[in-house]
Amino acid sequence: MDEALLTVEGLACARGGLSVLEGVSFSLAAGSALVLRGPNGSGKTTLLRTLAGLQPGLAGRIAGAGEAVAYAGHSDGLKSTLSVTENLQFWAGVFGAGSIAPALEAFQLEALADRAAQSLSAGQKRRLGLARLLVTGRPLWLLDEPTVSLDVSAVRMFAAAVERHLETGGAAVIATHIDLGFAADVLDVGAFRARAPRGGAFDEALA
Amino acid sequence: MSGLFYRDLVLAIRAGGGFGLALAFFLIVVVLVPFGVGPSAGVLAPIAPGVLWLGALLACLLSLDRIFATDFEDGSLELLVTAPVPLEGVVAVKALAHWVTTGLPLTLAAPLFGVFLNLPSGGYIWLVASLALGTPALSMIGAFGAALTVGLKRGGLLMSLLVLPMYIPTLIFGADTVRRGVEGLAAGTPLILLAGITLGALALLPFAGAAALRVNLR
Repeated sequence: MDEALLTVEGLACARGGLSVLEGVSFSLAAGSALVLRGPNGSGKTTLLRTLAGLQPGLAGRIAGAGEAVAYAGHSDGLKSTLSVTENLQFWAGVFGAGSIAPALEAFQLEALADRAAQSLSAGQKRRLGLARLLVTGRPLWLLDEPTVSLDVSAVRMFAAAVERHLETGGAAVIATHIDLGFAADVLDVGAFRARAPRGGAFDEALA
Repeated sequence: MSGLFYRDLVLAIRAGGGFGLALAFFLIVVVLVPFGVGPSAGVLAPIAPGVLWLGALLACLLSLDRIFATDFEDGSLELLVTAPVPLEGVVAVKALAHWVTTGLPLTLAAPLFGVFLNLPSGGYIWLVASLALGTPALSMIGAFGAALTVGLKRGGLLMSLLVLPMYIPTLIFGADTVRRGVEGLAAGTPLILLAGITLGALALLPFAGAAALRVNLR
């Protein structure tokens, strides 16, 4: 429990060439979750995308991310013409995981297994998108507003899945506004807001 | 990787127009030409190699923007970037899937379309050989162009403007191979140069495409 899965030191990140966050430092141990809070536009998504390696940070250090990360953003990455099973099986194949049955079960998707993703409701799509996390087999989940369009019982399903993940030595960073009902540290992103708009030219130089 | 290839094939078939669309477009181009220049064999035969290659090239261009655009829109491209597969491999596999759904059927159907244009008999074997060796380059260069313009609204036109100039060497050597074959000259040299362009594209452009994707996803 004391081994840190993810360590972030003095991280600064930018969105669209404008510096959004600076001096972000935290450490996340195996078995623990970190909830990111902050108003819209405060940089939660930017921080998660930087941690996932989708965009480079301006300064600072990230240790432990990279190949450990399973990222779930605003969109679910579903193919509308593939069935629920085919969508999950594709990601299981990419991540080299075995059976998709536990993932289907955790989000109660068995009854929908043969339905095409385009015929699912928004909440069902979201559940399928979250079930993908279970077939990645990765220890560090980075979740961006995972409960959007989920109903109360689906939120409970999701919270249970995260809790099981934490019990088995995983960790999660979750940007959310609702209370998920399990113990988690809270990081207020607003406290790290970049003061002066700087770094535009620097980002250009990196690109 | 094989899962990605299989998925792209299934998507191309289920979405409709994977195999059919490029072929139908090729057919229409080839059928329209005699209406434009007249049906006489003396006019059609000399231009047949060029028209067949142009038709194949435009048919290939038609489905390029789907290589990455749909994956970008539904978010799966971001997930692929964070997945344990090299992005260079993703670009190469997607180009391969594009070739199997467009370049390969075009190559197989080209002799039939050659008949419509009164292509002299000496040209058929060279037509198939040049398309078989040249169309992989079209898919690979196209995948690079699609990677450059992914995420742009209405990037299709810009992509055509970027990609078509890069198709010029393939077009020159491809059409020249068929023309020499028709005239009974040695067609080996342009064919080898065509193969060289394809191999160069396959070796370099997956890396260029992956770099373009990484920048565009930021």
